[in-house]
Amino acid sequence: MNRPVFRKFAAAPHIVWAALFIAAPLAFVVYYAFTDEAGAFTLSNMSALVTSPNYRAIFLRSISYALIATVICLVIAYPVAYIISRSRVRAQSTMILLIMLPMWMNLLIRTYSWMVIIQDTGFLNGILSAVGLPNLHIINTPGAVILGMVYNYLPYMILPIYSVMVKIDNRLIEAAHDLGAGGVQVLFRVIFPLSISGVISGITMVFVPSISTFYISQKMGGGSYDMIGDAIERQFMNNYNYNLGASMSLVLMILILVCMAVMNRFSDEDTGGVIV
Amino acid sequence: MNKPGGGKIVELNHVSKAFDGDMVLDDISLDIHDDEFITLLGPSGCGKTTTLRIIGGFETADSGDVLFDGKKINDVPPHKRHINTVFQKYALFPHLNVYENVAFGLRIAKRPEDEIRKTVRAMLRTVNLKSFERRHIDSLSGGQQQRVAIARALVNKPRVLLLDEPLGALDLKLRKDMQKELKNMQRETGITFIYVTHDQEEALSMSDTVVVMADGKIQQIGTPEHIYNEPVNAFVADFIGESNILDGVMVEDYTVTFAGQTFRCEDAGFGKNEPVDVVVRPEDIDIVPVEQSMLTGEVTSVTFKGDYYEIIVDIDHFKWLIETTDRQSVGETIGISIDPYEIQVMKKSVYSGKYGDYSSFSDEMDTISDANAEQGK
Repeated sequence: MNRPVFRKFAAAPHIVWAALFIAAPLAFVVYYAFTDEAGAFTLSNMSALVTSPNYRAIFLRSISYALIATVICLVIAYPVAYIISRSRVRAQSTMILLIMLPMWMNLLIRTYSWMVIIQDTGFLNGILSAVGLPNLHIINTPGAVILGMVYNYLPYMILPIYSVMVKIDNRLIEAAHDLGAGGVQVLFRVIFPLSISGVISGITMVFVPSISTFYISQKMGGGSYDMIGDAIERQFMNNYNYNLGASMSLVLMILILVCMAVMNRFSDEDTGGVIV
Repeated sequence: MNKPGGGKIVELNHVSKAFDGDMVLDDISLDIHDDEFITLLGPSGCGKTTTLRIIGGFETADSGDVLFDGKKINDVPPHKRHINTVFQKYALFPHLNVYENVAFGLRIAKRPEDEIRKTVRAMLRTVNLKSFERRHIDSLSGGQQQRVAIARALVNKPRVLLLDEPLGALDLKLRKDMQKELKNMQRETGITFIYVTHDQEEALSMSDTVVVMADGKIQQIGTPEHIYNEPVNAFVADFIGESNILDGVMVEDYTVTFAGQTFRCEDAGFGKNEPVDVVVRPEDIDIVPVEQSMLTGEVTSVTFKGDYYEIIVDIDHFKWLIETTDRQSVGETIGISIDPYEIQVMKKSVYSGKYGDYSSFSDEMDTISDANAEQGK
C-alpha cells in the first residue's frame, strides 16, 4: 500500500465535510454581511446595527441576560455538583440521570410546559390562590426569559463541575481537615481551587448558548424581550433581509469568540499561576 | 519497655469498629506515651490503618473511647485535634507549590506572614528542600514529595504525628535513608510518632515500641527485641522474621519435646504435659556432625543469599529452614543441634499449625499449590 497517498485520501472526507458545512457557510455569512441585495460591497448592514437604538438594545439585552443566567446557573450548580460528587457512587448516577432527563425532552415541550406553569392563570398561581397567597405575574417579564434560560442550560453547568469535583481525591480533603481546616476553609482553599477548570468550562457551556438563545425568549417573554437569536430569525424568516441577518450573526460570533478568549485566559492563568 | 518522656498522650480503651458488618477492630486497648516512636505492624486488613484513622479522627469507633491527654476525644473532628498526619501517597495539594503546601496549616491557624515565612523556610531546610519553595508538586520525585508531606505535618508542631505507610512508595535504598531520617526527626522534635507499616524490618529498626496486629486484634506489644525474641504466638513468630514453628509438649518446667526428641529449654510456668508451639529461629540452629546431633535430616534445597546459605532440611517430614555460613549440598544428610536458650515455647493459639513449615515461604504460595493440586485431580 502506498502510505502517503492513502494518508492523503483518508483525510479527504473530513476535509470535504469541513469545507461544505463549516467553511462555506461561514464564507456565505461574511459575504452576505458585507453586501447589499444587489450583491455589491457595503458596510451599511454593520453600521445599521451600531446606529439603530433598537438593535443596540437587543445586543445589550442578550449580553446582560446571558450573564445573569450564567451567574444564576453557577450559584445553583456549584453546591449541587458538590453534593452529588460527595454522595455514594450509586446515588451519584441516579442524580446525574435525573439532571440529564429533561435534556432528552424536546425544547418546545419544555418551554410550553413552563408557560403553562407560570402564566397568570397557570398552575403556580392556581396553587398560590388555593393557599390564599397573592398571585405572581411572571410570564412576559425579563425574569421569565431568564428562568427559561437557567432551566434549559443548568445541566451544562452542573455536569462539567461535577466531573471535575468527582476526581478530587478524598484524601486531599482529609489532609486539609488534618491541617486544621474546617468545612468552609476546605471549600475555599482546596475544593474550589481544584474545581476551577470545571467552573470555567461550565461558564462557557452556559454563556455561549445563552447569548444566542432564541424561541425561549419569544415564548416566555411574550415577544417584548427579544434576544439576538430572535432578531436574526426574524430577518431570515419574516423580513427576508439575509444581509442584515448575516451581519448580526457575524457580530454574535465575534462576541462569543471574544468571551471564550477571555475565559481561556482565566483558565490558563489558573493552571500556570501561583496563588500566594 | 523504652518509654522516654513517660506520660500517656493517646489511649485507646476497648475500641471496636466494623465496616458493613465486618469486624475490623475487635476490642483494641493501647496506651501511647509522650515522645514514643510506636509502630502498628501487621498484614493488610489487620486493622492498623483503621486504628490510625480513629486516632486522627477520620473514622469514629463503634464502641470504646479514644483519649488524648486524658480527655475523651471520640467526637472531636480531625481539624480540632493536636495531631497531624503524613498520608499514604502523601495527599499533597496539587494546586499549591511546595512552600504553600507546607504553609497550609499555619495559614489556617492565621499566623502572621513573617512568622509563616520563617517557620516554613526553617522546616524546608530541615527536610533538605531549601531550594524547592516555588516548585510544583508534580515536578517532584517520590522522595521529595515524601519530605514535603513530612514538613507539611511537622511544621504545625503537633503533639502526635501519624504516619500511614509513608515509605511504601519509595525504593529500597531511599527507604533505608528515610527510616534513619524519620527516627532522627522524632528524637530531635520529641513528637510522638505513631507509625503504620506492614514491613517488619522497618518496624524493628525504627520503633521504641512495636504493636503487632492481626485480624483486628493486638497480638503483642513490646520493644523490637522483645517481640522478636519472645513472640507470644505462632502468628507473631511467623510475621516477625523467619521461624520454624513446631508442635510440642511441655513435659515439665525447662523440658519440652518436639520433632520426636526431648530438649532442655529456658521456659517455665506451663501446665504438666501442656501442648505448646515451639519456635526456633533459622539463624539459631547449629549444624553439627551427625553423631553429635539432636536431630538429623536430608537437605532438600540450598539457596545462596550472599553472606549466608538458606537451606531447607526435611526432618521427619517437617521442612526446617536453617541459615548457615557453611555450604551444604542437596541430598546430604546433616545433623543439627539447638541450644536451650534458642528455644522459645509459646501457648497454643488460634494461629497454631498455620505457620512455621517451610514447604513454601508464603501462605499465598500454599494456596496456589493447593489449587494446582486440585486441578491435577
